[in-house]
Amino acid sequence: MPTAIEEIVELPKLSNDEIARYSRHLILPEVGMEGQQKLKAAKVLCVGTGGLGAPLALYLAAAGVGTIGLVDFDTVDASNLQRQIIHSTATIGKLKVDSAEIMLKGLNPTVNVVKHNTMLTSANALEIFKDYDVIADGTDNFQTRYLVNDACVILGKPNAYGSIFRFEGQASVFGTEEGPCYRCLYPEPPPPGLVPSCAEGGVLGILPGLVGVIQATETIKLILGIGEPLIGRLLLVDALGMSFRTLKLRKNPECPVCGPNPTVTELIDYDQFCGIAPPSSVGPLEVARDKAVSDLPLVDGIPQISVQELKRKLDAKEDVFVLDVREPHEYQIVNLGAQLIPVGEVERRASELAQKELAGKKDAEIIVHCKSGARSQRASIALKQAGFTNVSNLTGGILAWAEKIDTSLPKY
Amino acid sequence: MNIHIPTPLRAYTGGLETVSIPGATVSAVFQQLTVSYPDLKPHLFTPEGKLRSFVNVYLNDDDIRYLDSKEESVVKESDELTIIPSIAGGTNCCR
Repeated sequence: MPTAIEEIVELPKLSNDEIARYSRHLILPEVGMEGQQKLKAAKVLCVGTGGLGAPLALYLAAAGVGTIGLVDFDTVDASNLQRQIIHSTATIGKLKVDSAEIMLKGLNPTVNVVKHNTMLTSANALEIFKDYDVIADGTDNFQTRYLVNDACVILGKPNAYGSIFRFEGQASVFGTEEGPCYRCLYPEPPPPGLVPSCAEGGVLGILPGLVGVIQATETIKLILGIGEPLIGRLLLVDALGMSFRTLKLRKNPECPVCGPNPTVTELIDYDQFCGIAPPSSVGPLEVARDKAVSDLPLVDGIPQISVQELKRKLDAKEDVFVLDVREPHEYQIVNLGAQLIPVGEVERRASELAQKELAGKKDAEIIVHCKSGARSQRASIALKQAGFTNVSNLTGGILAWAEKIDTSLPKY
Repeated sequence: MNIHIPTPLRAYTGGLETVSIPGATVSAVFQQLTVSYPDLKPHLFTPEGKLRSFVNVYLNDDDIRYLDSKEESVVKESDELTIIPSIAGGTNCCR
């Protein structure tokens, strides 16, 4: 296995302090002095400094990777800290790249941290990637996954890939000359909304730790040129069963990017490719398709109502039926006392509503809410299709209610 | 035979991680799977009845796309099918 780092005429020397710091590496024959010098010479780009990027970048810094690039434009939120251990309570509100730099420099002051406080796009990806030896993809949306993959294949850079959902993770190494790429495995993205979204998902905090460390391991193996990286293999991690499986991946001979006759030879519009509106306020590394619908009077035929307006209606004892479409475990965290029907069951149970609570009242005023307004918009559309004629979506969901109406409520 | 259901699709199998479905070929097993768990169908098949391109199906350790008979491959009771979905999670994702 050849090393991923570009041939350097002379590897950088280690100082005596560095020799002391890396002694447990230096006494491993598979790393040794030359390996540690390769790590020092290496440049790794972490795309995303979230759940996966946090342990990944920390271990790379600890291991002595000389240059670590970070791409993110988000800021640290309290809800990140359940898993994003590169940030801390003290850096809530700071840019993630700045927060991550503090932790990385604290761990290893010799590491050169390059901050890319930007949205990764087709316009800048090649320019950002070109200076790095290995790209580690820890993003959370399909657009960026395909963008990172295609940029890696075009530039011939290996991609240490990791992905998580609830209790389940995947890892592989894509984009090497001999191995398959992400598109060989997934030629097309799922249409928006078909795959259950993270808003209904959540994630066990340690899982990105597990998978991010696997990405770090693969990155270091690629740099050192040792072992068997996950090239042509997909690792499946099930944290609940604590089972690990690897499946063989093939290079797709008809792959539009890495096949012998590629049709994608430059970066494309990945939002369009994935069928989603471009990410905006929610940031590039967030799930754009789950973002709250905007503050418009009407979205896809559904009136959008403010929390203030809902408050006014409730205070005036208007006859409104408030429906909460979150999951039961979210209802337990905080609720407005509304009827609960999880979004996934709305379609099926609309007829039940029509027979019971809203019997004979297809024109009853229904106000649907969720956490922040995205799921309730989908539910509103489903109710409208089921024949209810007066359905509104609560803008900003229960978070907006907790923010603007009843500030004693918790936000989650 | 046993079919491993990935986390994102367990909502449609009543939370089951593994379901046991009889059948002689991969496609027959999948057909029966969507009869037993109808809510899975739109997630696995297009309205035209084709397996969706972002859903990968492995018979034991092999991608069925690269088997000679593809989804018409004959299966034994002791074989295992695994559905590998696209997942994209990595950073903060809960909106």
